[in-house]
Amino acid sequence: MSQNLAPNPNAMVSIRNLHKHYGELQVLKGVDLDIAPGEVVCVIGPSGSGKTTMLRCVNFLENYQDGRIYVDGQLVGYREQNGQLKPAPEKEVAKIRAETAMVFQQFNLFPHMTALRNVTFGPMKVRKVNKAEAEENARRLLARVGLADKADNYPSQLSGGQQQRVAIARALAMEPKVILFDEVTSALDPELVGEVLQVMTDLAQSHGVTMIVVTHEMGFARDVADRIVFMDGGVVVEQGPPSQVLEHPESERLQAFLRRLHS
Amino acid sequence: MNEVWDNRHLIWLGLKLTLQLSAVAIVASSLIGLFVGVGLFYGNRVVRSLLRLYVDVIRGLPILVVLFLIYYILPAVNIDILGVHIPTNVGRFQAAAIGLTLFGAAQVGEVVRGALASVPKGQSDAGKALGLTFWQRLFSITLPQSMPVIIPPWTNTAAELVKGTSLASLLSMSELLFATRKIVERTGDVLPFYIAAAAIYFVICFTISRLGALVAQRYRFGVAR
Amino acid sequence: MYKLRWEYITNNKELFIDGLLLGLKMAILGLIIGTVLGLLLAFARQYGPRPLRWVVTAYVELIRNIPLLLIVSLLYFGLPQVFPRRSTGQEWVLKILPDAETTFIVALAIYAAAYLAEIFSAGIVSVGKRYLEAGRSLGLSRTQTAVSITLPIMLRTVLPSLGNTFIGLFKDTSIAVAIAAPELTWAARKISTDYFRYIEAWATAGVIYLLTCYAIAIGLRLIERRIKWTVA
Ligand SMILES: Nc1ncnc2c1ncn2[C@@H]1O[C@H](COP(=O)(O)OP(=O)(O)OP(=O)(O)O)[C@@H](O)[C@H]1O
Ligand SMILES: [Mg+2]
Repeated sequence: MSQNLAPNPNAMVSIRNLHKHYGELQVLKGVDLDIAPGEVVCVIGPSGSGKTTMLRCVNFLENYQDGRIYVDGQLVGYREQNGQLKPAPEKEVAKIRAETAMVFQQFNLFPHMTALRNVTFGPMKVRKVNKAEAEENARRLLARVGLADKADNYPSQLSGGQQQRVAIARALAMEPKVILFDEVTSALDPELVGEVLQVMTDLAQSHGVTMIVVTHEMGFARDVADRIVFMDGGVVVEQGPPSQVLEHPESERLQAFLRRLHS
Repeated sequence: MNEVWDNRHLIWLGLKLTLQLSAVAIVASSLIGLFVGVGLFYGNRVVRSLLRLYVDVIRGLPILVVLFLIYYILPAVNIDILGVHIPTNVGRFQAAAIGLTLFGAAQVGEVVRGALASVPKGQSDAGKALGLTFWQRLFSITLPQSMPVIIPPWTNTAAELVKGTSLASLLSMSELLFATRKIVERTGDVLPFYIAAAAIYFVICFTISRLGALVAQRYRFGVAR
Repeated sequence: MYKLRWEYITNNKELFIDGLLLGLKMAILGLIIGTVLGLLLAFARQYGPRPLRWVVTAYVELIRNIPLLLIVSLLYFGLPQVFPRRSTGQEWVLKILPDAETTFIVALAIYAAAYLAEIFSAGIVSVGKRYLEAGRSLGLSRTQTAVSITLPIMLRTVLPSLGNTFIGLFKDTSIAVAIAAPELTWAARKISTDYFRYIEAWATAGVIYLLTCYAIAIGLRLIERRIKWTVA
């Protein structure tokens, strides 16, 4: 199978023919996706379709067996030699991971650090930003997510919604080229979902950051996304502007998926 | 109690050896055990099976037998690594220190492995996503979070090592218990000296476990205020 | 260069076999006496009057923070000096501690009781109030409830710890070499110093300890599996 594996020079993220399996189980079966700088892309699809796995591959939290992922033209996790993939050294992997931030379903804030420290930690350790500058920036970001007064609280002293907003601030502090969101509201109590979606909407409308958002929140996807990508069975089945994908689905699988959502 | 005071110099000589041996064993066990635990949890298959073998063998042996093994066998073997001769004619102190460390590092290693396993996987994912390297994640994320789990059994091991130094008296090393027995044999006075020795061991071990509890409390990350 | 001569081991194999058996015997007796003492201590600590609780706590903390070898030395070398073995009127020491073997078993029991009391106390606490209340509601007395409800449930909960304690006690029997009770470590030391067969003697003892500990561990797991009920 001869595939074009070169990155799109205009894309921030280029995913080419991405394959990933766990043992016998094929999870990703050739995902192709380009995401432009500043674009907000929502990924939808049934459970088990490989959305999380794809995001984790972009951040190289999972390795992949075939295909390529490029972030800003840089191959993720591997070096290419004569068309073969060789694992990249740890330092290089860490460096490219620092360019892509991730916000997790379970927040994954560091419980032994205050909110402020959670946000300053990456810039200080990885980017070697000095403390004063990192804290100033962190306070600005915490204010931006509406948590200026919670800087000194530990995660255990914050609600789920507040924790997730700190996690978004932590991601922003790295000034990443792209932020990956994996169902960031599904672990929250219903009344806390709104505050997190609000922060993400503001972020999307500031047009600064490239965002890949895996979500079940169709309202959010419709209002905020520049493009919706529908995945099923480990491939991208259909994509386009929200109005087109949600109102005039072409593929049968997407039609079925949307019908099940509305029933 | 006057007799005890009159013999304080002899007791102190023994106590000094006990303290020195304890300190060496505790520090070495902690450092080596830390890496044993990291290897047990993160190592590749070869590293893991070798360390597992080491830990399980040590835990199936009495400490005393480990001490005797080192004391009697080490001098009888020749160790050359890459042509460099490693001196093996260890004395009592070194044999006891090596034996106790072998035991302590296995204990600490198992503790550290279990503690690392108790940290949710999302924590290292979050660290990776920030671009932290393995050692950065270990020392600033997973290990600090393991501390509340590590410290109580770790202080237990430290106290066991202090008590274990008494076994060195069976290698005729004149630590506290050995000194006590010698004094008792000489003076014919029994209870005051044994009570004094017991009190000293008690104070050391009890202090260690109290200190451990205090330190463990400091790692509660604002859970209760 | 040191040449291995295993015939010194095979020629003296009774020494090792008898040593192993003596070690197991001392560990089993230490465990049994220690369990009885430990149960008394644990129930006294949970249900006894306050001064008694303090005494038990003090005992447990004291014993856990001093070396077993010190207890052994005190009983074996110390007491007979306070009460000379042959002096008339003090035969009771002789009756309780006539030889190294008995002395060591007593020391081991004293030592084990402290650890077991701690394990049993935690077990009693974990059984908690709900079964007690169920027992009381059936009209059982306090003692009846303790004996017929708390005790069996607690013993089931602590069974794994009890097994580990037994393995620990078996390893601790090596300390009996200090008072020349002829157990495994003593046998190894004898061969190693009488014939200078260091490597053979200590390797043999080490392997026997290792195999025995693992055999006990496997045996305990089998026993545990045979008990059908667990505590929810
Ligand atoms: N670590 C793993 N080991 C084995 N299988 C895995 C692993 N992680 C995910 N899978 C499997 O891969 C498939 C895709 O999982 P993935 O989490 O990517 O789906 P998803 O689209 O995110 O689903 P959801 O909407 O439920 O989050 C599933 O069948 C899942 O069971
Ligand atoms: Mg998912």
